[in-house]
Amino acid sequence: MIEWIVPSVSLWVLGDIFLEFLMLSLLATGGVLSLAPAMHQYFVVEMALLTDAQFTTAFAIAQSAPGPNILIVTVLGWQVAGVWGAMATTVGVALPSAVLALTVFRISHRRANLAWVRAIREGLAPVVIGLMLATAWILSEPWFGDYKILALVVITGLISGFTRVTPVALIAAGALIGGFGLLN
Amino acid sequence: MQSSGQSVRVNGPRSNWDLFWTFNRMALRGFGGVLPVVERSLVHERNWLTPKEFVESLAIAQALPGPNVMNMAVMVGDRYSGLKGSLAAVAGMITIPMLIVLSLTSVYQYYAELAVTQGILRGMTAVSVGLIIGIGLRLALTQGDYRIGWIFGLLVFGLIGFLHASLAAVILGLGIPACLIRWFQITRKSRD
Repeated sequence: MIEWIVPSVSLWVLGDIFLEFLMLSLLATGGVLSLAPAMHQYFVVEMALLTDAQFTTAFAIAQSAPGPNILIVTVLGWQVAGVWGAMATTVGVALPSAVLALTVFRISHRRANLAWVRAIREGLAPVVIGLMLATAWILSEPWFGDYKILALVVITGLISGFTRVTPVALIAAGALIGGFGLLN
Repeated sequence: MQSSGQSVRVNGPRSNWDLFWTFNRMALRGFGGVLPVVERSLVHERNWLTPKEFVESLAIAQALPGPNVMNMAVMVGDRYSGLKGSLAAVAGMITIPMLIVLSLTSVYQYYAELAVTQGILRGMTAVSVGLIIGIGLRLALTQGDYRIGWIFGLLVFGLIGFLHASLAAVILGLGIPACLIRWFQITRKSRD
C-alpha cells in the first residue's frame, strides 16, 4: 500500500508517462481503443513496464466493468504505478481532448452540418476500422499457435459484429469457458 | 393525449450535482460502451437534448480526438453550466466506475495465482479482443460510399499491425489525407 504515498516508479518515468498520454489524447481518433497499439508499443516494447499478459488483462477487466472505455487507460496506469500511474494516464489522456472539445463546441456551437465535421468523421472511419483490426491483431500475437483461444477471439468478433448480443453476455460466456479450463 | 415520443419541450439539469449523478448513472448502466445509454437517458428519458441536438453533438464528439463519450459529457455539461458543468459531467461519468474497475483489478491481482482465476481471465481477455474486432466489423458494415477509404483502412492495418509504425505518423500521413479527400468529395457533390 506504500505506493499510495510514494510512487512505485521514479518521478521521471511518471512524468514521461503523463507526457506520452497528453500526446496520445490528440491522436485518439474514434476513441481510446484506437490507442491500444501505441500504448502497447510504449508500455510493453519501449519502456518494458508491463508484460503482454498484463497489457491484455487490462482490456478484459475494463470491458467487464461498467463505464466508459477510457478506464482501460486507468487500469494500465494502475498496473504500472498504482494510484499515481492511474492519475498520470487518465488525466493525461482526457485533458487535451476535453479542452479541444470544449473550445470547438463553443466556437462552432451546434452547426454540425458543416462540411468539415462530416469530412473528418467519414474520412477517419476507415482509418479507425484499420486501427481496430490492427489492435486485435497485436493483442492476439502472444496467442499465435494457440488455436483454441484464437477460435474464441474470431467467433466472439463475428458474433459481436453481426448480432446484437451484448458485450457483457459475451464476456460472461468467455469467463465460463475459461473458468472450466476449456482453453487450456 | 399528444402524439407519443414527439417531445418538443427540452429540460435541463437542475444543478451541477444533477449533472454529476445523471452521468454517473449512465456510466454505471453502460457495459461495453456508454453512448447508447447516453442517447436513451438524455434524449428519451430526461429531454435534455432533442434527437437532432444529440445527433449533432455526437457528430462533433466523434469527429474530434479523445474518448467520444467524454467529449459528449464535456459538451452537455458546458451547455448548461459552463466549465463547472463540464467538470461535473466528466467527474460523474468516471469517478465511481473508476473505483469499481480498480477494485476489480486489485481483487484479480490478489487471486492471480489460482488456476481458476487465470482460466477466467484467459476467456475474458479473448472475448475482449473479439469485441474490438466486432467494433471494426460494425463500422465497416455501415461504411457509405467512401470507396477510397478501404485503401486507407488496409494501409493503416498493415502499417500498425505488421510494421508497428507509430500512431502519430499514421494519423498525420494517412488520417489527414483521408479527411481531405473526403472533404473534396463532399464539397464537390454539394456544388453539383
